[in-house]
Parts: sequence; structure tokens; C-alpha cells
Amino acid sequence: MDFDIKRLGFTLLGLLIVLNWGLLMSSIMRKLGARVAKRYGIRWFQPWLDLVKNYALRSQISHGIMFYLGPVFRIGGGVGLFLFMPMIIGSELWLNYSFHGDLVLLMYFQFFGMLGMALGSGEGGHPYSAIGISRGLSQFTTIEVPMTLAIISLAIQYDTLSLIDIVKAQQGGFQNWTMWTNPVATIAGMFSLLGALSHSPFNLVKAPNEIPIGPPTEYHSTFLGVLQTNAAILHVVEAALFMNLFFGGATNWFEFILKTFFIYFWSVFVGVVFPRFRIEQSVAWFLKIPLVFGVLAIILYM
Amino acid sequence: MSETKNNNKFENPHYAKREVTGPDGKQFIVDPIKDYFSDERPKVYEPNSIPVVEKFLNWARAESLWVLGFGTGCGSIEIPPLMTPRFDAFRFGIQSRPTPRQSNVFIISGYLAVKTLKRVIRSYEQMPSPKYVLALGSCTINGGMYFDSYNTINRLDHYIPVDVYVAGCMPRPEALLAAFNRLKELIKEGKGEKANEYAANFDWYKENQKKIIKDWNMPDYNW
Repeated sequence: MDFDIKRLGFTLLGLLIVLNWGLLMSSIMRKLGARVAKRYGIRWFQPWLDLVKNYALRSQISHGIMFYLGPVFRIGGGVGLFLFMPMIIGSELWLNYSFHGDLVLLMYFQFFGMLGMALGSGEGGHPYSAIGISRGLSQFTTIEVPMTLAIISLAIQYDTLSLIDIVKAQQGGFQNWTMWTNPVATIAGMFSLLGALSHSPFNLVKAPNEIPIGPPTEYHSTFLGVLQTNAAILHVVEAALFMNLFFGGATNWFEFILKTFFIYFWSVFVGVVFPRFRIEQSVAWFLKIPLVFGVLAIILYM
Repeated sequence: MSETKNNNKFENPHYAKREVTGPDGKQFIVDPIKDYFSDERPKVYEPNSIPVVEKFLNWARAESLWVLGFGTGCGSIEIPPLMTPRFDAFRFGIQSRPTPRQSNVFIISGYLAVKTLKRVIRSYEQMPSPKYVLALGSCTINGGMYFDSYNTINRLDHYIPVDVYVAGCMPRPEALLAAFNRLKELIKEGKGEKANEYAANFDWYKENQKKIIKDWNMPDYNW
């Protein structure tokens, strides 16, 4: 393929929009959580301040090369997921580079960052990091199982693994969304999304009041800034993936923002209602209810 | 495995220098104090040379204060109401962090036992620069009601530099919020440079710390 400067420019602009929307969305959701707890909550621009502050801290301590590469791998996973994700359907330029990869590549990028963090925080040498990362990987493995089954069900239904084709097949009215044409796979997917966005019932891995903060225990200043940047991008892109798979994609930025907001809100809504699971409870839960829906979705479309 | 005895009778056996046989049969020497800790001295970090940039960064630092979740004395009971609906410090950009690596503010909440002082020094030195200290209660100023105790220190700023003192026994969460606002003013004026002061007067602080802590079995600087 030829190098296209215009496409690159639009992709970078899209990354900027997604980053800022992710930061704004996280502050809105934290404010909603605070209102449920009868607090006023953080100011809406707090995530930007935290980001600037963390990048501006003066001293840094490294534990070795892999410690540096951990956050780099993590943001590589987040940005990689963004690059191969079609943002706006119908616009040639907002499709990013999605024609180069398919769903299997996207699923790989979801796991890629976790593995990078595992290596990086392992070199940090803190025992809490090692425990946190083993918990995180075991939980994420069980999240991937129902998610993969839902995606295989969709692949059988639409007879393709290309995300653009799946979205295009859902155009022409909300009754064409996968949500209506394949509700069982949608249920399995939305349950696994709860774990992928790691809000309350499934946030033991990175909760500050469990063994302190899990994998990023040793990460500080710029390292933590990179991880925060990635979290903002990843939350939007994960929501965009599910929007494309189950809710008909977006044809303009307004629709994109509305749909990603409500998909993210689903995990926050569940989060403020249900208390945190222990790790063996969440692993058992993912291997029970979402897995049953995932297997059903496959059987129905065999 | 043979162990070499250290002259210090308070030596922690986990930190002792020793020869270890690895899983592949090779023998090597482990010296945890040297291997796991850095013996580099702290550095004085100059502020950004462009005044406008430094002012902007100071504004961000002042409005995003992450507090280390480490309660040293009875004053730590004032922290939960500070963060919960009654006083809700999140409104002012104050959030708590569980690890010293990610914190900027250390609240010394009340009396400081000698045993705790050791942990306070280690945690303080692990925090990234610039870092700030709030000293809560009379005990940190002159010893308060524990002024003649055999086991508590009287003046905190002989051991670590303090940005803002809050007098009282105990100061209420309102006083703590006022202290946070004072700290914000100081940082925005560019006066929140106590971490550099600690680095510049490192020998004086270490001398004071070692006078109090008799079982000094850690390196001089705890990265």
C-alpha cells in the first residue's frame, strides 16, 4: 500500500480525540460514582491535571530495560488496538488502518499490553507486582474465553473475520444490529466487557485498597503517565470494539461518543451496584454464566 | 551456604552478606544492602528554566496532590472523614495512593515513635521529587503531650523537611483542608522545594536521624 500522509494525519487526529474523550469519560464516570456515594467528586478536568503532574515529576528510578519497556508495550497494545479499529463507518479516512487487520489481530492486541506489563512489573522486583500480575493474567484469560466464543459466533453468522464487513452488515436501521440478530452472543460479549474494562466487581487486580495497586506498584512519574494515557485510549477503543461488533458501529462522531459512553456506562453501572469479587470468585463467575452464553451462541449458529 | 557476621548486633539476618548456591549449581555472593538498594546520594533538581512553564507545572502539581496512605499516629483517624462525603477532599484534587512511588504528599499524622520514624524515612525517600510533607498535630511541632516520652521524637523537621504544620490536638478535618490550601499556595508561589532542601542538607538530616535510630540496618539512601 502507498504511504498516504492524509490518512496518517486523520489517524493521529483520531488518536487525539480518543485520548481526550477517554480522559473526559473517566472523569464523568468517577463523578457519577461519587454522586452515588453522596460526594461531589473530582473536578471534571482532574485527569488532565494528574497526567501533566505525573509527566512533570522530576525524579525517576529505573529497575532495568524491561521496566522501561513495560509501559511502552502497554501503550503499544492500546494504540495498536486503535490503529486497526474502524472509528466512523462510511468515512474512508476515519477507518484508520483497519483494512490491514482482522478480529484475530485485535484480540491479540488486547492481550499484548498485559503481557508487556507482566514482564515490566516483574523486573520491578516488588512482590506485590508479581502477585498482581498473576491475578490479572488469570482473570483476563477467563475473560477472553466467553469473548472469543461470542466473536466466533459472529464470525459464523456473518461469514467473515473482517470487522469492517461485520459493521457494514449491520447498517440500515437498528433492527439490523447484532444485538437483535444474535442476542446470545451479545450477552456473552457484554459480560466479558465488564471484566475487560475492569470496573468494580472485577477490579481486584488494580484496586488501590487491595495489595497495593497490583502490577503498577513500582511505576511512578513518567511511567505512570504513560500507563494513564494508555488507560484513557484503551477504554474508548474497547468500547468502540463492542460498538462495532454488537451495536451497529457509528456513522459520525456524535454517534460514536454517544454509543461508547453508554457501553462504558454499562460497566460503571454494574460497578457501583455490585461489590468487588475476590479473584477466585471472578474466575469462577466468568467460567460459569458468560461461558454458558458463549457456548449457546456457538451452538445456535452452528 | 555460609553467612558472614556483621559487627552491628542489630543486623537483620535477611540483609546479611552471604554466599548462595543457585539452581544451576553455581555459587555466588549475595549482598542485599548493595544489590537491592542504591547508594547514590539524592540530587538537587533545578526548576524548569522557562518561568511560564514552571508556573504551569507548579499549578498542575498543586491541583493534583496524591497523599500516601500511611497513618503514623492517632491523627490518621482524621483522614477517612476527609475523603468521605462529609468533607470530600476529592473536590480539591486530593486523592490517596497506596504506594510511596506514586504519592506526592506525606501526612505525618500525630506523634512519631522511633520505630515508625525509620519507616517514615524509607517511605519519604522513595517518593518521587517534588514531594511535600504536612505535619499534623502538636506532637510533630514540639512533642505535644508526649514531649517527655522515651520513645517519640519531639521536632519533626529535624528529621525530614516539613512544608506546612497544623497545630492542635487533634486538628479537625477542616484544619487539614486549610493546610492543603496553604500547601497549594506555597507550591504555586514556587516555594514547594523542600525535597531539594533535603537533598542539599542531606548530611545534617542523616546525622539527626542516626542519633535517634540506634538499629540503623538499612542503606543511607532508600531509593
